[in-house]
Amino acid sequence: MFSRAYKAAVSLPPLIWVTLFLLVPYLLMFCYSFWTVAGGNVVHQWNLSNYGDLITKDVYRATLFRSMRIAARVTIFALLLGYPLAYFLSFYAGARKNLFYQLVIIPLWVSYLVRAYAWKTILGTDGVLNTLLQFLHITQHPVDSLLYSPFAVVLTLTHIYTPFVVLPIYAALEHIPRTLVEASNDLGASPAQTFWRVIFPLSVPGMVAGATFAFVLSLGDFLAPQLLGGPSGIMISNIVVSLFGAAFNWPLGAAISFCILVLVVSLLALTERLEKKWSYS
Amino acid sequence: MALLSVRNVAKSFGKTQVLRDISLEVAEGEFLTILGESGSGKTTLLRIVAGFEQATSGELWMDGERLDALPPYKRRVNTVFQHYALFPHMTIEANVGYGLHIAGVPKAETTTRVEEALAMIKMTAHAKKKPSKISGGQQQRVALARALVNRPKLLLLDEPLSALDANLRRQMQIELKALQREVGIAFVFITHDQEEAMVMSDRIALLRGGNLEQIAAPREIYNRPATAYVAQFIGHTNLLRGRVEKGIAHCGSMSWPVSLADGPCAFSVRPENIRVATSPANGAVGFEGKLLNQAFHGATELLRVETSDKSVFSVRVAGMGTQGLANTLKLEFSPQDAIPVRDAEAT
Repeated sequence: MFSRAYKAAVSLPPLIWVTLFLLVPYLLMFCYSFWTVAGGNVVHQWNLSNYGDLITKDVYRATLFRSMRIAARVTIFALLLGYPLAYFLSFYAGARKNLFYQLVIIPLWVSYLVRAYAWKTILGTDGVLNTLLQFLHITQHPVDSLLYSPFAVVLTLTHIYTPFVVLPIYAALEHIPRTLVEASNDLGASPAQTFWRVIFPLSVPGMVAGATFAFVLSLGDFLAPQLLGGPSGIMISNIVVSLFGAAFNWPLGAAISFCILVLVVSLLALTERLEKKWSYS
Repeated sequence: MALLSVRNVAKSFGKTQVLRDISLEVAEGEFLTILGESGSGKTTLLRIVAGFEQATSGELWMDGERLDALPPYKRRVNTVFQHYALFPHMTIEANVGYGLHIAGVPKAETTTRVEEALAMIKMTAHAKKKPSKISGGQQQRVALARALVNRPKLLLLDEPLSALDANLRRQMQIELKALQREVGIAFVFITHDQEEAMVMSDRIALLRGGNLEQIAAPREIYNRPATAYVAQFIGHTNLLRGRVEKGIAHCGSMSWPVSLADGPCAFSVRPENIRVATSPANGAVGFEGKLLNQAFHGATELLRVETSDKSVFSVRVAGMGTQGLANTLKLEFSPQDAIPVRDAEAT
């Protein structure tokens, strides 16, 4: 229908874009990860010492595992919060569905930094929460461990990424024909039985999609740990940031980035397969 | 005693009244069809019986018990949905066994009953497949088996054949009717197709705009339609409107003796009850008309004839020997074939 020249002409710009701004930088990063730094200069000498460092030095491994633990917790809390919200939205919000939907979306329009700082004012030593706790005489002194801890990071990231979990679950629930719910009731299943046997299994693909968002986005996050994490809440991306910045060790930073990339891409490939396997459209 | 009794059921959604004062009964083992156009309230009535909707007023009784107080999952009523509503994440087998599983029927018995049900609908070979892997007709049969395997007292069917193509549909009508005879469960069947209703039902309840127009056996509803609407909806008819004066009905140029009170009247005369006049028959009502067209239907032919007062009559005559009809026809019908009907439009 279209000539070859036309096809080439329309597909060329995106191809150039992807090559120039995605493939080339990744390739460059990949190359960097095999080089080293000596005397403040990058030495273009191929070796595996960066990857060796990653395996032998505890700090990188420990930070990566902590990041994954934090990301996993964020995912679980976001699911625990997001699923009931999405369920309520889809099945019980009725005429106010759109309003509630907007309420879920609106936080996404607020700058990430504003939301992170908001938690700082809530969790700080003189923050809203500590003031309230003392006012209610639950504690005598401000609780310092609220801010600058993995707890603060998990809390903030959960707040920020819950909408990303709600939306795909909501979409999955909206796609369940309501006659299936009626059919289940009709065949003698109580509302609870219907939920566990029909609604929940059919919403699993949405849950997987939402969980993937929450996990991948929190794993790569560096602002929340930087603002609220303190020394014990450092995540892997903070190390990458400092390696590319103050520490000026681009090769090691590139090696870590590449490891995270491989991790995330394999996770995405896995969840995509799971979503396909569990969807029945 | 009636199995299901619907008593003065009405339903409104906001300001729209969908059902008005519906009362009807379904006997054990009966095949009752609720027939009506879209918007007549037939699906709402079914959903009220199934328990998906609550009636605004009125009562439902089943086997001497109030049915409307029970949630749908406690009613011994099962439904075959219009688009089957099979659970897409379960195999055919699991779909059919769902109700038994929920009811806590022992595993061995569930397996046997599911196998029997699958054998009955000839789907044993597909037991392990997911619903998306079988055809529409097969899905329809699985939906039926999934409902019947629970041995409900009453089965509700919401236009179950409407998604099938015409040939399969006719075949399923016969199969479904045979199956209903075999299992002896009362069926309440919903359709907008009057032919389907005629073929399958023991009785037909015709709904119009939320009102029950007539409930009767197919032959009776055809031969003795209660209202002008019923007469026109069930098969073709010629509707004659006029007045009764002193025991004589006057419609246009025609008149014949009737035993009705004076006032406006309407009559239904079926096309097959009008014949080409041969010799002046005793007491027949005769009229003359111009032949507009002649449609060949095989065994019969349908003529359209216009009388001098510009009203058009449909006349069904035998398919043979009607070639070369004259342009002007002399027609007649017997007075007893003019069925008096209630007519909403008459004043």
